[in-house]
Amino acid sequence: MTGVPIALGGASAASARPAAAPPKPYRFPRFESAALDNGLRVIVAPVRMLPVVTALLLVDGGASTEPVGRDGVANLTARGLLEGTMRRDGNALTEQFERLGAGVFAGADWDTAKAGVTVLRTHLEAALSLFGELVLGPSFPERDVARLRAERLADLLQLRTEPRGLADEMFARFVYDPISRYARPEEGGSDTVSTLTRDDVRRFYTDRYRPRGSTLVLVGDLSVDEGLDLARRALGDWEGTASRSAPPADAPARTTRAVHLVRKPDAPQSELRIGHIGLPRTHPDYFPVLVMNAVLGGLFSSRINLNLREAHAYTYAAFSGFAWRRGAGPFVVSTAVESDVTADAAREVLSEIERIRAEPVTADELSLATSYLGGVFPIKYETTDAIARALAALAAYDLPIDYFDTYRDAVRGVTIADVRRAAEHHLHPDALQVVVVGDASEIKAPVAAMELGPMLEYGADGVELTTDPQNG
Amino acid sequence: MRIPIESYRLSNGLVVTLSEDHTAPIVAVNLWYRVGSANERVGRTGFAHLFEHMLFQGSEHVAANEHFELIQRAGGTLNGSTWLDRTNYYETVPSNELALALWLESDRMGALLPAMTQHKLDTQRDVVKNERRWSMDNQPYGTWSERLPALTYPASHPFHHSLIGSMEDLSAASLDDIATFFSTYYRPDNAALSIAGDFEPRQARALVEQYFGVIPKGKSPIPPLADMELSPLFGDWRREVVPDMVMVPRLFLAFRAPVFGTDEYYAGSVLGAILGMGKASRLQRDVVREREIASEATAFTFDLTQGADLLVIDATARPEVSSDALEAEVVREVDAMRTDGVTAAEVERAVALIETAFVTSLQSAGERADKLSMFAAMFDDPRLLNEQTERYRDVTVERVNAFARERLGADNRASLLYIPKDGDEGQPDETEAATGATR
Repeated sequence: MTGVPIALGGASAASARPAAAPPKPYRFPRFESAALDNGLRVIVAPVRMLPVVTALLLVDGGASTEPVGRDGVANLTARGLLEGTMRRDGNALTEQFERLGAGVFAGADWDTAKAGVTVLRTHLEAALSLFGELVLGPSFPERDVARLRAERLADLLQLRTEPRGLADEMFARFVYDPISRYARPEEGGSDTVSTLTRDDVRRFYTDRYRPRGSTLVLVGDLSVDEGLDLARRALGDWEGTASRSAPPADAPARTTRAVHLVRKPDAPQSELRIGHIGLPRTHPDYFPVLVMNAVLGGLFSSRINLNLREAHAYTYAAFSGFAWRRGAGPFVVSTAVESDVTADAAREVLSEIERIRAEPVTADELSLATSYLGGVFPIKYETTDAIARALAALAAYDLPIDYFDTYRDAVRGVTIADVRRAAEHHLHPDALQVVVVGDASEIKAPVAAMELGPMLEYGADGVELTTDPQNG
Repeated sequence: MRIPIESYRLSNGLVVTLSEDHTAPIVAVNLWYRVGSANERVGRTGFAHLFEHMLFQGSEHVAANEHFELIQRAGGTLNGSTWLDRTNYYETVPSNELALALWLESDRMGALLPAMTQHKLDTQRDVVKNERRWSMDNQPYGTWSERLPALTYPASHPFHHSLIGSMEDLSAASLDDIATFFSTYYRPDNAALSIAGDFEPRQARALVEQYFGVIPKGKSPIPPLADMELSPLFGDWRREVVPDMVMVPRLFLAFRAPVFGTDEYYAGSVLGAILGMGKASRLQRDVVREREIASEATAFTFDLTQGADLLVIDATARPEVSSDALEAEVVREVDAMRTDGVTAAEVERAVALIETAFVTSLQSAGERADKLSMFAAMFDDPRLLNEQTERYRDVTVERVNAFARERLGADNRASLLYIPKDGDEGQPDETEAATGATR
């Protein structure tokens, strides 16, 4: 022992658990939001730990804004931004960025299209000037659009032997009504992607990529004034207004439970996805649901993982989660289990979902969930990239401007009764779709014996093999 | 760009590194043990990693899985990982919980064995077997990480065998193995502890002394690894073709490379970035974009610090491209680099990308702590972290070209080529073409 006075709660032996010192105050980085004359919203957060800046542009051009029959155009358009501008081709453009040390990316998710760059402060101005060039004047060369399309088709082909991705896509297909965009892959399936043209991309760009409706987030080693000035110079000449998009339809494919068995012969494990449609990001029950899911399956120390992994050793990992989107994203429990315990694992997942609805969680479980979610909050936002993405979410979902300052209180305010209510209202055991990608010859009989509901079988291409709904 | 680094050693041999930063009220604790799969004995492949799992099963004053629960309850993140030549354990916690993280790490360093039981071992053995199935056996190309070292290191070399281990060897692991491995390798004089973030140095030093100072140094010398030295080149072009449940061919083309930290390593790392880092890299520009041979192509190193490293090109074919064509086109890029050399602009681009990635990674306290532990554990000098940018900036066109001439030749190549099992390589079948089956 040393003579230095330290806060150890009086402990002196190494065997005694230390008590926590009083928590230090934390505030999410300060940021300011302003609109340029052209309508572009600019959010600047000075964060000066290291000489780094992240710029992230958010456009209301996600997959859920795609025209009917044009699935995949959002992703193709976003990725196409990097394929060249009116002034230079794709090779020259990316080389210019990379000589500044700037990794530039672009892509679309369900709700938005995003393009961004992280760069050392010394190269910020040059990088943002190039960034403005690709946002305002992409050329979408015919050949590169065709290549991006072919690369997406290659990804889809590979999915047939990749059980995790296959299980995710099959789950979405079995959960959502076919008219919902959410029923189909975020980046588009082969039926639509194979028909996308440069004109589709141009049209989507012209329609969705407009300053009014878009947000530029700048985070890092810069002041608010510098940020606004740089934004003005890079994107001030951009013009137009994007029509406000509506969230996509999110009706279920089925309201009663069913089992979907996707055949993967000789698979040593079964990929399991068990869930149903969840709720939209802006639902007032967001915080109770977040905490409820943390107790159920959001953490290593949650019920589902401790049950399936630590008590039964069925799996390497098992988690539950709600996917948050403008429309209702899915709630899903995901795990991969050894084939011969597929039915047992599914039974345990179902029983955990029933249990959290039937009984109150303990005070200990609640405090684990809330203190974890509150505590990791500052750890989640260490980097300029993570802070920029958080601010982008603020814009994408129209969250209140004090959202980050009130987040921890909102989490800590959730009670045992709130969790119970969230489970009762937002978990629906009778509507669960149970998706199994695995070796049908080994798992079919034991899963059928559970009598969870009608069992449907599919090939790895997703084509249904049985049509008799009573076959179980 | 430099970060503050303070380093000292406890009397039991534990190297301690402190790096203060008060941007946010969080602190990272990171421990590297100089033990990995290389230290496993014959018949016990996968043991170092299984052992890592057991370190979360409690220790004298901590119950099974309580380490996870206590850190998560404190609002922290944590994990561990096993590599060929090291194992690390880490937590990032709100800074008022620094003592908890240090205490938990010290309890399992000082007194793991009282908590070990046959039941826990059996459970984690099954968990690890499921990890193997999940990450390798049921994943297209999943076995590459085990096949590539087997192809490129001699059978007697400590890096040759599987890190995740065979099912048979995992089944054979016993509690006696746990006890022996623990007393042999898990000791303060075989570890480096780093603390990065928001702490008060005097308090941190006192806590480290209190929790770790009482742990005795190891009793016997740490058994040296079998001879790690290898000649700079394979001496041949070795090949393995693996028919697998995959839809398209994928090539791992590896070169024996100098270990991390040597001058030659930095030249090789820049060469790798010229080939395969970023969208303007040669593989991306020529093989993916111009010739449309691959849908993805990157290059990377294993960053091993002893014996010999690997520089690896990883390229996935477009569906209409045969495995032969894939390999021929990748090799063409390598040959071109070897005969024609690289340009100053390419070196500049590569160094700039590496520098941004390096500086950006240091924003995270956990990353800073992990890198400090690496330099402390493997080079006995955490201050080397602040020299990395300069090491890369010092790389010249001549050094990259010398690396290409010496290391990229036909006498130093290993091709690990995955091809579709049923032979109808890459061709979408009729169902796909006709109905768009993946919708």
